[in-house]
Amino acid sequence: MIRYALKRLWLGAIIISVAMMMMFAMVYLIPGDPASVALGPRATPEMMEALRVRMGLDQPVWRQFLHFYGSVLRGDLGTEVLSNRPVLDVVIEQLPFTLALVVGGITWSVALGIPLGCIAAVRRGGFVDQVIGVLSVAMIAVPSFVVAIYSLLVFAVALQWLPAIGAGEPGDLTSRLQHLILPSLAVGLGWIGYISRIVRASMLETLEASHIRTARAFGLTENRIVYTYALRIAVLPTITLLGVGIGHMLSSSVFAEIVFARPGIGKLVYEAISVRNYPIVSGAVLVTTVFFVLVNVAADILVGVLDPRVRSSFN
Amino acid sequence: MSGLWRTVRGIMREPLGAVGLTLVTLVVLSAVFASALTSYAPSKISPAERFASPSLLHLLGTDHLGRDLLTRVLYGGRVALLIALGATAVSLVLGVVLGLIAGYGPRWLDNVLLLIFDAVKSFPTVMLALTLVTLFGPSLYAVVLVVMLVNVPGYARIIRTQTLVLKSAEHVMAARSMGASAGRILRVHILPNIIGPILILISMDIPVVVAIEAGMSFLGLGVRPPTPSWGAILNDGFANIRDSYWIVIAGGLPIVLTTLGFTFFGETLRDLFDPRLKGRS
Repeated sequence: MIRYALKRLWLGAIIISVAMMMMFAMVYLIPGDPASVALGPRATPEMMEALRVRMGLDQPVWRQFLHFYGSVLRGDLGTEVLSNRPVLDVVIEQLPFTLALVVGGITWSVALGIPLGCIAAVRRGGFVDQVIGVLSVAMIAVPSFVVAIYSLLVFAVALQWLPAIGAGEPGDLTSRLQHLILPSLAVGLGWIGYISRIVRASMLETLEASHIRTARAFGLTENRIVYTYALRIAVLPTITLLGVGIGHMLSSSVFAEIVFARPGIGKLVYEAISVRNYPIVSGAVLVTTVFFVLVNVAADILVGVLDPRVRSSFN
Repeated sequence: MSGLWRTVRGIMREPLGAVGLTLVTLVVLSAVFASALTSYAPSKISPAERFASPSLLHLLGTDHLGRDLLTRVLYGGRVALLIALGATAVSLVLGVVLGLIAGYGPRWLDNVLLLIFDAVKSFPTVMLALTLVTLFGPSLYAVVLVVMLVNVPGYARIIRTQTLVLKSAEHVMAARSMGASAGRILRVHILPNIIGPILILISMDIPVVVAIEAGMSFLGLGVRPPTPSWGAILNDGFANIRDSYWIVIAGGLPIVLTTLGFTFFGETLRDLFDPRLKGRS
């Protein structure tokens, strides 16, 4: 088991460093000098030169690259050009808002997706199953930013049931949760569909298993069999799915944050782009990527713990 | 031709497929005949008619510059479909080439390519899009580039797996023993066998590409104004959502209909041709 976990972690580390390499290459390929971009058109040549030295732009490429790697490993993502604050601090400050959104999205998708999948599997082939099937496909297909805008229009602007803007009063949990409902629905809606489909498929498979047949032979009620014995196994594939899902939810959260004017990583990056604040962009993207890779590794290891078959197929 | 007809009949027999195919046909036709379906020009500004609500004169209303929204939606369909088809085609070619190289080439090259695919896939899509736009500025090409980075790793991986399977198939062995070159084997004996399944997967990816274009244009990172794009209409509407709700409806509806149409169509196509993939998410 430990070998499997280590192997998975090692692979994750390699992926992160390749991703970092690409990140560096992209920043290096920026048309125009980052120093002149940072200082604007009115900078004197002396100011430019000083900043170039401070940013290490006067060094050869390979040294810049090693320097970049070294500082990232030490947790130093550079300083923001405008306010001179460390990039990592700025990013960490926004991270909880985005995480809350992703957790909210997962809550929506699990709370609705698993029951829908179970109902569809129990009513296999029937009308209810077909309706859930079409609904699931539809939820997967519609892009999250359309869901965000339409839900804003319906529930916040027209009906005024829920707040439209911001993340709520700091310290006031009710207000925070109220502000979370719509954006997290936009982030999680598609995953309700994915989860209900995968739970349905794996539930159908599980219901064929011999221990379920034994339970039936003992005369347990169908509900008891499905929701106590089968669900426990049928729910496993959702864990891997959510590992991938979190990456997509991080993407959708950019839209949700902009549409609902919420603070968060997505909004941070979006606003940094318009003022060409490169360190923030690359720092935030790096943090999100590392987070995403780690979540996937964690999901894989978790599945490996729960399902020995996965472990052996990896070796 | 009769094969195509049989496919269409098979799709129309499924309720979901019928809805999908109808929507897809509707979207394609309205984009192709955009200029015949409306008498307005897509970017003609008419300040006197700003924020006009839907009426017989303007079926979907007008936007903040008095432009007819129906016209912009129809022409926006051209942009969306052209990008969807173009970017998907480019991704397909690149994915096939890389996948064949990874699957048929030496082991070390396979490992390197797999690592690169995984690394590219580990960037969340929108973050990747934001980074690229920071570097290259917003444009149609930025959209295509993002679509490629999102799609190519997936396509290449599938092609690679199929190539690995076919590599040791009898007919490929036979061709190799008769001295066929690697290029000929790939082109004549492997590619025709793997292109079918990938085309079905691609039909299911079209909605994703439409969403990427609309999403980037919504953020102002894609197609530049005044080119009509569904995402840009949504953005115009979003800025005025409290007073002129019809603008966001006009921008969002075609996105919803197109993504639903292509998804329903693709799902039915897949069930029809490859029942093994059924229920795969």
